[in-house]
Amino acid sequence: MPLIVEFRDVSKRYGNGPLVLDGMNFAASSGDFVSFIGPSGCGKSTLLRLIAGLSAVSSGTLTVDRLPPEEAAEGLAFVFQEATLLPWLTAAGNIALAQRLRGVPVAARAAERQRVLELVRLADRGDAYPRQLSGGQKMRVSLARALALAPRILLLDEPFGALDEMTREQLNEELLAIRQRQDWTAFFVTHSVAEAVFLSNRIVVLAAHPGRIHAEIAVPLPWPRTAETRLSPPYYELVAQVSRVLRSVNTAAA
Amino acid sequence: MTRRLLNILLPAVAAALVIAGWYAFRLSLADEMKFLLPTPGEILTAFRDNHTVLIRAAGNTAEGALIGFGLAIVVSTAAALAMALAPWIRNSLYPGLMALQLTPLPVLAPICVLWVGAGLKSVSLLTFLIAFFPLAVNTTQGLVSTDRNLVELFRMWRVGRLAELFFLRVPGALPYFFTGLRIAATLAPIGAVVADMNAGSSAGDGGGLGFQAIVYSSQAKYPALFATAAATCLLGFVFTAAVLALSWLTLHYWHDSYERTDA
Repeated sequence: MPLIVEFRDVSKRYGNGPLVLDGMNFAASSGDFVSFIGPSGCGKSTLLRLIAGLSAVSSGTLTVDRLPPEEAAEGLAFVFQEATLLPWLTAAGNIALAQRLRGVPVAARAAERQRVLELVRLADRGDAYPRQLSGGQKMRVSLARALALAPRILLLDEPFGALDEMTREQLNEELLAIRQRQDWTAFFVTHSVAEAVFLSNRIVVLAAHPGRIHAEIAVPLPWPRTAETRLSPPYYELVAQVSRVLRSVNTAAA
Repeated sequence: MTRRLLNILLPAVAAALVIAGWYAFRLSLADEMKFLLPTPGEILTAFRDNHTVLIRAAGNTAEGALIGFGLAIVVSTAAALAMALAPWIRNSLYPGLMALQLTPLPVLAPICVLWVGAGLKSVSLLTFLIAFFPLAVNTTQGLVSTDRNLVELFRMWRVGRLAELFFLRVPGALPYFFTGLRIAATLAPIGAVVADMNAGSSAGDGGGLGFQAIVYSSQAKYPALFATAAATCLLGFVFTAAVLALSWLTLHYWHDSYERTDA
């Protein structure tokens, strides 16, 4: 698989502040689902912001699709921790605005909008305003908005962090089901070990102050992953393994 | 249903009690002091007897208030956009705006008369000055208070600043704008009446309600004076109601402040 994102000795600091990320060397291939996990302050969200081109690296080289991140906006989509919907637009309106501002051809917009709303199981809620939707539904709209831009790289910054456990698990399963029908590479920030194991084929454990790679763990669980996956012994073992590594990060920091 | 009925009944009962208390207080006054508080009936009679003058005066005041208010909306919106786009403009203008807001209207009135003459122009200008500040400050605040994640989302979409302004910042600032508009709508008629008292003119079509209040006061026509006060109040109510209705029409379907609760 071709490399899609590559960090070469990347460091990041904001202004004259302390290093947020230090000596990041990491590469992801097309089709990867990479989760970043680590203690607070390890720079997980900063990593996504660098890939998105929202912030520039302080030193080192970062390429996205073999381009500097700021030139690689085409094919990138971001899902934030909050749904970040425009409250004055309906669910469909939010998606339509993203399509319009990102230059999706007019002829393709309506059908694609309907398709992504169906993907997130909200086909009948397109006319609802964000305040009429539950937290889980808002996140689904946010995801649909990102998918409507036909991304090659999807950046997800703790998108399900504020949701209850049941909704989170359901959305995890839906996300993977959608991914079976779409071709994108995912970079996923989370605090949940179980979520990272369930979704990813690679987990990058980060240490904090400054943020750096502590360990990388492959997740060889078979695809497709469903609710049954969570009941399998290999899943439990991987959750335990990642938890141990994460604990070792915290112990080292203490 | 019960709550809705109470919402209608309670203000009606409160109004009835106030009127009853009003009559009771009036009865308790000695005859030579009764001029201090005309009864509602006397005020209504005064309104009927002077309605031509009062309606014309209210029209004059409303005209001044509307011109000043409308001008304040247009200029403050332009100023807020400039202040939101360029912090250096914001930093340059804010002290001046504060100084303007802290200067009492009666002090500014003679200056306005000096510049544009007494009458409608002065009244409009003074109304503009009193309505401008809350509008400009609130709208600017709204334009610069946009959710940081939404701003980043728009930056990720690589849209220009103009698109960010009109698709994100301006709609997001509407609740702030309407807060300013509500304050300005209560201030504009008051400002117009005070301006009329200090910079009004009886030339042409005659003065406004403020001017008329001075006339009735000097003629000791106290029921008519009270009727003038009631007309002023009514004018303020019309302004505020119009803005509240506009605010509701614009925001009720999406803004949390219009969410129905059981509380």
